[in-house]
Amino acid sequence: MMEIGLNHYLVLSTILFSIGLVGVMRRKNLLILFFATEILLNSVNIAFAAISHYYGDLTGQMFAFFVIAIAASEVAVGLGLLIVWHKRYNNIDLDYLNTMKG
Amino acid sequence: MFEAIAFYLFAFLTIAMFYITVTTSQALYALTALAAGMIFISAFFFILGADFLGAVQIVVYSGAVMALYSFGMMFFDTTRELHEKQGNKYIVVGLATIAAVLVVLIFSAPILSNNITALYPMVEGAGNTQEVGMVLFTKYLVPFEVAAIMLLVAMIAGIVLAGKKMDASLTLMTEAEIKDMRKQKANKTKEIV
Repeated sequence: MMEIGLNHYLVLSTILFSIGLVGVMRRKNLLILFFATEILLNSVNIAFAAISHYYGDLTGQMFAFFVIAIAASEVAVGLGLLIVWHKRYNNIDLDYLNTMKG
Repeated sequence: MFEAIAFYLFAFLTIAMFYITVTTSQALYALTALAAGMIFISAFFFILGADFLGAVQIVVYSGAVMALYSFGMMFFDTTRELHEKQGNKYIVVGLATIAAVLVVLIFSAPILSNNITALYPMVEGAGNTQEVGMVLFTKYLVPFEVAAIMLLVAMIAGIVLAGKKMDASLTLMTEAEIKDMRKQKANKTKEIV
């Protein structure tokens, strides 16, 4: 219990990943959906860093860096699209996004 | 001992913050809780000895991503409560848990089979930042440059998408012009809806 091992971090990562998945599946607001995506990416980063530490290998940390870079660019593009959508339709609800009117 | 205390404390704080993020009905609360959770996650990186990753986490997430979100939220009406229809709570929670456990199993299966060896073992007597630099600029140089190009593309995409019709400055317009613009906008929304 007092000795923190790899399994502790993996369990924590699983819990955070489930919280993120619940957010993605339950929320209808697109902004909260983006937040939940960030939670998913961060929980995976914890798992990467923990494995990297307990196996003495730097590859996990490298992957975590690239995940952070991808998350940053995803936010930039996604938020731009969200602003365009909000300007046109004045809401950011997922329920209004179900039809492709062309 | 101290490591265990720090781990449990930050695990509790992170889970609580992210729980608030996905359950609150106020977008502003979700944003602040997410920012706090990101900073708490960097604590795990510091505990794990990945100092550079922890610093990058604070700088990129709490600095860049959260600032981007808060600027983006100025466009949206955030004071309004988010109304959402709720489905079956237990099915969603159960599905999420199953999916998360599956992902962890996929990750840990090759590790548990015990034939993992360190590809780039940590160098003795070098700090974490130094090691990261050595590996990043030798083995991962090409992915690093590709990531730089990807960030550039994302930046241009963000500017092009969000910067549309931003040439009209409200401070340089007269009251009549602003009223006229608002009326046009209202008519346009009516047409679409």
